Amino acid sequence: MSIDQATVRRVAQLARISLAEGEVEHLRGELNAILSFVAELDGVDVEGVEPMTSVLPMQLRRRPDAVTDGGIAPKIVANAAASEDHLFAVPKVIE
Amino acid sequence: MSDPTSLTLAEARDAVRSKSLSSRELTEAHVAAVAAARPLNAFITETPERALAMADAADARIARGEAGPLEGLPLGIKDLYCTEGVRTTAGSRILDSFVPGYESTVSSQLWRDGAVMLGKLNLDEFAMGSSNETSYHGPAVSPWRRPGSETALVPGGSSGGSAAAVAARLCLGATATDTGGSIRQPAAFTGTVGIKPTYGRCSRWGVVAFASSLDQAGPITRTVRDAAILLRSMAGHDPKDSTSVDLAVPDYEAEVGASVAGKTIGIPRQYRIDGMPAEIDALWAEGVAWLKAAGARIVDIELPHTRYALPAYYIVAPAEASSNLARYDGVRYGLRVPGRDIAEMYGNTRAAGFGPEVRRRIMIGTYVLSAGYYDAYYLKAQKIRTLVRQDFERAFADGVDAILTPATPSAAFAIGEKGGDDPIAMYLNDAFTVTVNLAGLPGIAVPAGLSADKLPLGLQLIGRPFDEGTLFSLAEVIERSAPKTELPSDWWSATAPTR
Repeated sequence: MSIDQATVRRVAQLARISLAEGEVEHLRGELNAILSFVAELDGVDVEGVEPMTSVLPMQLRRRPDAVTDGGIAPKIVANAAASEDHLFAVPKVIE
Repeated sequence: MSDPTSLTLAEARDAVRSKSLSSRELTEAHVAAVAAARPLNAFITETPERALAMADAADARIARGEAGPLEGLPLGIKDLYCTEGVRTTAGSRILDSFVPGYESTVSSQLWRDGAVMLGKLNLDEFAMGSSNETSYHGPAVSPWRRPGSETALVPGGSSGGSAAAVAARLCLGATATDTGGSIRQPAAFTGTVGIKPTYGRCSRWGVVAFASSLDQAGPITRTVRDAAILLRSMAGHDPKDSTSVDLAVPDYEAEVGASVAGKTIGIPRQYRIDGMPAEIDALWAEGVAWLKAAGARIVDIELPHTRYALPAYYIVAPAEASSNLARYDGVRYGLRVPGRDIAEMYGNTRAAGFGPEVRRRIMIGTYVLSAGYYDAYYLKAQKIRTLVRQDFERAFADGVDAILTPATPSAAFAIGEKGGDDPIAMYLNDAFTVTVNLAGLPGIAVPAGLSADKLPLGLQLIGRPFDEGTLFSLAEVIERSAPKTELPSDWWSATAPTR
């Protein structure tokens, strides 16, 4: 399976990575090289094989539904590019 | 006493405990070594003041008779582990100014046991790479060189700073992480010991996530015993990581030197790949002979799906990475590059913040998870993963205690030699290590000899789940049997720029 420039642009958009026009063709080549490398799997018969969903056979542990932390808003916003009143600030989203 | 940086971690521990050496003296020697080794670019952030304060606190505890298992021992921390109040970059521009407000569980256990932090070690960006060349902070340089050559070699990756620092005696040991070989491959390239424990053995909490079902923390050290000592402190159950396992942590050090007589060692012919240098094959045969001489039984085994592991990995790991790295959007932490609207801000931030390899992997991951391709790629890769694991399960069910393979398909290469426009050439470095991550098993790389170019080569032992103890016993046999090689002598201090 080989991808075209339109697919590269669509994937970049889904991944929220801005692309300069000059990068598209180069990236198309690299992504196709990786996809042709993984195409080796096409020849493997996986009929009836269960996909691996847990690295080790184990039940996901549960814990009581209780508050374990909190009251640290200043710490949480400390690394934000912009914040106001302990809230993350972003460019206007609603007109 | 001779230069304290030439002690092993175990020797330094014993010297500090018996008060023949203070943590202050030991730490000052390492702080000076770190400062003199800047040409190696092994550290992204040095924390000398913190190190000396921690050393003094350790000496005070020793004086009160309260020494912990790692009391006063200076270590380096891979810059993927969040350290409270100390910048943690993951080798990426996007986290260049990130200062965590919390401490990773694994590093907090090292401090609990008395260890001293020298600083944060260089790595490939978000641990994606096999040469440390994708770091935003530039490549770490191996202390090893080919005889008569000044060509800078890679220390391997992604834990390249950890391996370089340990091999150059800048720290007694270092933390590292391994998603596809990132502990074992750099250990093999630098003549050091690196163990990736069983998935779930160490908490992943507070370690910057790459591929959550593959990532594991582990140590890089100069001896097998040192690795056993460090892993014991790093391992253990953590309620904050739902995949960490609630199992008692054994005294791994007690397994070092234990008899391996009667152990069954599997040799998988599928690891004898096309184009593998004859010296790797010869080293492997020597490893077999050493284990046999120690009383182990050698059997040929089949791991038929080995060749599919690397392609499956390059679907699973990017898929999980694309999901994990979605959090870097310029809002809650890290770099923000403005745009006309919020969507453009996200796009600009991520384009500027991530390097080419990380962008490539995010895009591959996004593609294989996107509508219409999920079954063909991701689901199929997860089924291959089941087959790879079943190969190992069959071997263990047949009575195999551990599996011996080469650690890497070659010795270290020069900076700039691989990669470039062909990402696959770099990916092939992990051909022997990646199966272990897919199956969640423990694997250790141990130095076994030198290449024709006089560069280190390692062997890998793969164990049953949670049987790291057997790996330490077997690895020590290889360490003891292999020809003694001297670590590279210091050429880097002379070239240190003054700051």
